[in-house]
Amino acid sequence: MSRVPVKKTYKLYLGGAFPRSESGRTYEAEEHNIAQASRKDLRDAVRVARGATGKWAGMTAYNRGQVLYRVAEMMEARGAEFAEWTDKLAQVLGGANPVAGPYFNFTMPEPTGVVGIVAPGEPALLGLVSRLAPVLAGGNTAVVVASETHPRAAIELAEVLATSDVPGGVVNILTGRRDELAPHLASHLDVDALDLDRGDAELERAAAENVKRVVLGRGDVQSPYEISSFLELKTVWHPMGQ
Amino acid sequence: MTEIPAHPPPATLAFRGFEYAAAPESRAIVRLDDAYGLYVGGAWRDAAESYTTISPATEEPLARVGQASAEDVGAAVAAARGAYEDGWSALRPAERAKYLFRIARLLQERAREFAVLESLNGGKPIKESRDVDLPLAAAHFFYYAGWADKLEYAFPNRRPRPVGVAGQIIPWNFPLLMLAWKIAPALAAGNTVVLKPAETTPLTALLFCDVVRQAELPPGVVNIVTGDGRTGAALVEHPDVDKIAFTGSTEVGKAIQRELAGTGKRLTLELGGKAANIVFDDAPLDQAVEGIVNGIYFNQGHVCCAGSRLLVQESIQEPLIEKLKRRLTTLRVGDPLDKNTDVGAINSAAQLRKIEELVAAGEQEGAEIYQPPCRLPEQGYWFAPTVFTGVAQSHRIAQEEIFGPVLSVLSFRTPEEALEKANNTAYGLSAGVWTEKGSRILWMAQRLRAGVVWANTFNRFDPTSPFGGYKESGFGREGGLHGLEPYLRFDEDGA
Amino acid sequence: MTVSSAKVLPGGFELPLEPRLPRIGAVDQVALEERAASLAKRSIKKESKLQALELAVRMMDLTTLEGSDTPGKVAALAAKAIQPDPADPSVPSCAAICVYPNLVPAAVERVRGSGVKVASVATAFPSGQSPLAVKLRDVEEAVAFGADEIDMVIDRGAFLSGRYAKVYDEIVRVKEACDGAHLKVILETGELGTYDNVRRASLLAMAAGADFIKTSTGKLPKAATLPVLLCMLEAIRDVHDETGRVVGMKPAGGIRTAKQAIQNLVIVNETLGPDWLTPDRFRLGASSLLNDVLMQIRTQKTGRYQNPEYFTRD
Repeated sequence: MSRVPVKKTYKLYLGGAFPRSESGRTYEAEEHNIAQASRKDLRDAVRVARGATGKWAGMTAYNRGQVLYRVAEMMEARGAEFAEWTDKLAQVLGGANPVAGPYFNFTMPEPTGVVGIVAPGEPALLGLVSRLAPVLAGGNTAVVVASETHPRAAIELAEVLATSDVPGGVVNILTGRRDELAPHLASHLDVDALDLDRGDAELERAAAENVKRVVLGRGDVQSPYEISSFLELKTVWHPMGQ
Repeated sequence: MTEIPAHPPPATLAFRGFEYAAAPESRAIVRLDDAYGLYVGGAWRDAAESYTTISPATEEPLARVGQASAEDVGAAVAAARGAYEDGWSALRPAERAKYLFRIARLLQERAREFAVLESLNGGKPIKESRDVDLPLAAAHFFYYAGWADKLEYAFPNRRPRPVGVAGQIIPWNFPLLMLAWKIAPALAAGNTVVLKPAETTPLTALLFCDVVRQAELPPGVVNIVTGDGRTGAALVEHPDVDKIAFTGSTEVGKAIQRELAGTGKRLTLELGGKAANIVFDDAPLDQAVEGIVNGIYFNQGHVCCAGSRLLVQESIQEPLIEKLKRRLTTLRVGDPLDKNTDVGAINSAAQLRKIEELVAAGEQEGAEIYQPPCRLPEQGYWFAPTVFTGVAQSHRIAQEEIFGPVLSVLSFRTPEEALEKANNTAYGLSAGVWTEKGSRILWMAQRLRAGVVWANTFNRFDPTSPFGGYKESGFGREGGLHGLEPYLRFDEDGA
Repeated sequence: MTVSSAKVLPGGFELPLEPRLPRIGAVDQVALEERAASLAKRSIKKESKLQALELAVRMMDLTTLEGSDTPGKVAALAAKAIQPDPADPSVPSCAAICVYPNLVPAAVERVRGSGVKVASVATAFPSGQSPLAVKLRDVEEAVAFGADEIDMVIDRGAFLSGRYAKVYDEIVRVKEACDGAHLKVILETGELGTYDNVRRASLLAMAAGADFIKTSTGKLPKAATLPVLLCMLEAIRDVHDETGRVVGMKPAGGIRTAKQAIQNLVIVNETLGPDWLTPDRFRLGASSLLNDVLMQIRTQKTGRYQNPEYFTRD
């Protein structure tokens, strides 16, 4: 007699844990029950992501690189190249500027903060990793609205992250309806940047409310300059004198 | 033996202080036309509507300038597109550089003329337009001219190419300098531009067209369309503009970002600020006072990165404020064309009203106001340098950008508290830190959420130094290598 | 007498520092120099210019400090100080003449009845590198000869090696030895290295009882620059704000032109205010400056550019 397969309910990945949606809802995708996140879950996710910025950005670039590299190894080397950039970005993007006066002037890149990612529909895992990796390599935290139709890849990624050294709250993955979640992500005033899988006038307009940096991510590009979209450049001046 | 006319000896031996000369810079060097058109495709074209631009120090009309319509803007964009496709982008980069070097040299040679016109039309003291605006504007052209044929070094392995036609909208606080910040990198990268100067300060941009002519820049590479917000909107909305660069208020910046949503057009924004100038008790006090004064009274406080909030460590508050108030009594407010003037005119009646409204709010909210005795002229738009003490974080004058010569003073006890208050704003353009302790400078600089941190100095600018904001102060950087990026497309953009 | 036992002097105040004293503090070089440069760009009204030039004359300590000085040389200097421009008797006298101790008797003789003071350098000028007893004797002799004012030098060796108490104590002792003569303390700012040190030395000298603080001996090339002036004036201001004590300023060395003199006066005007624009609170230590000022005065009065030969060299 064959066993009746158990249908697992895949949950959200929030703050390093796997809670159900506060709304209690689920929906079906890829023949499984998937937690359907509500805007309150999104609100919580952003709060958690903001809370995690200090710890993640406070780690040394070297440390972050190591953590991400391990994650990449577990993901079969996807995203590895971004991990190698963590401790090199400042050297490519920053440096001393030769100003015309007795001042020492240097520019350094910093993470922008909390990045909202609206993941591509397909290819689900590759698309998500290629968007998440540059965000994390730059020292940002993320709130991801996973692919609505193909959420399992995101959830598998979450499971990898949960067992990695990426601190809880650095990545938060919400499964559910794109149309329900994305607008709240785009309009949230405590999200610093928005990574969209495709141009979307409504979401981009909502993002203007707090002058979010809007990035139209390309799933197929593996350039380290993808990271710079999620970085702020800070320039510091100091007089050189007695 | 020469005869020396008799002079009565001084009445008393006590000397009662100097009167400074009215030391006016002569206006004669500027030749103003009665009316200006729009500069499109290398030629002047009349606009159907026009308006008068004035001197804010005297309210004297200076010239009539065009109010560019949507059609005019369309013609300008078409000219820019034509110039882009007919050869500017294909021109050898070293040749492009030559045009930019010419422009830089011409700005240097005509610096006096431009400085006088800038002060006349905008209200800023001649000593600023002469010593800051003009030298920096020329320097920007020199700097970016040098990058024109070195883009492959600046962006190795990315195959940098121009974006196309850039629409650029600039503010009235540093009219020529903002023009240089916009045009120099855009052209160096191989783009063509349509630039709209601010409504109240069109004249140096229009004079710049003469430099463009003298430099023999191919027609259509630079187009200048004057006008008010409607002209700007037309430029933002035009479908054939590839990239918009805007410097101005956060409110308008957001409107532009909303307008461009879904269009795929590139955008950079340089918006407002409410910078904290933080003074610790071990700061070099007299120099900190200079930095505070420069931070908020330079250019009458019409500066996006102005140090408009003084956060002073409580243990040093009293002596610092005493010194500051005394220093304010030596600020000379008056004729922008007088070389002794430190603080000039407010740029417009509208801006003056905004300042007055917020200052009234400050008084109402319970902050204490101080203004040094100042004889302000009858005509023109003037506001005395002002300091508010006893300001709380929740007061409007601590939150809203006043964009005038008004300083709000708050106190703090510990570095953490200073940081918290400094970052507690939607803005993030700049910040100042004054302390003798090196490790503290770096600690603060690291944690301040601002695109520019001035430590033991303030209001320093340089073409090599990237400038721009965090958060609602905008995104994108101007200056340095990073200033070229918004005007280029790369391999990874899939272009 | 040591620092710890120093009494509160009528004109000074104790060390180590108490809360009521000005902060020692720090000075930022780049900002200070920029501020001085921007003050130097002020232009003053034509009418005020003549007054400023005449003030500069009245503030001048006309100086000769050479190994080769003789009574004859001093006689000529004194005559010049009393009547700088024989062709224009309305030009006022200088404040003082400044000489080495041996020349004080001749100087006193020559200025008698004119109102011009005699200032003597002392304390093993210019190096200050002699035992205290010798330096005090130097002062006592100069005072006995009739000097109205003493320009002393601080022990820079002691200062730079951190022996501030020694520097302080010596000033206190010299002030006593002055026996009522007015004391100027020369910091020799060109040797101090940093503006921080200039400020510290200024505060130290004022604490010890200086009536005036002075930049230099004039024997070193790096002398009275505008930023140094500004730094010292700020220290004077702080002392005045916090203790009410009035101390004067004397830049000396390197001020050769009338334009520089006026720049100095403008800086005093904007830092300490018009109250400090009097010979009682500000002096200019100079020799060749006087003729340039006289030329400018005559230019102002006649409208013609002048010829240096028309002004006496003494």
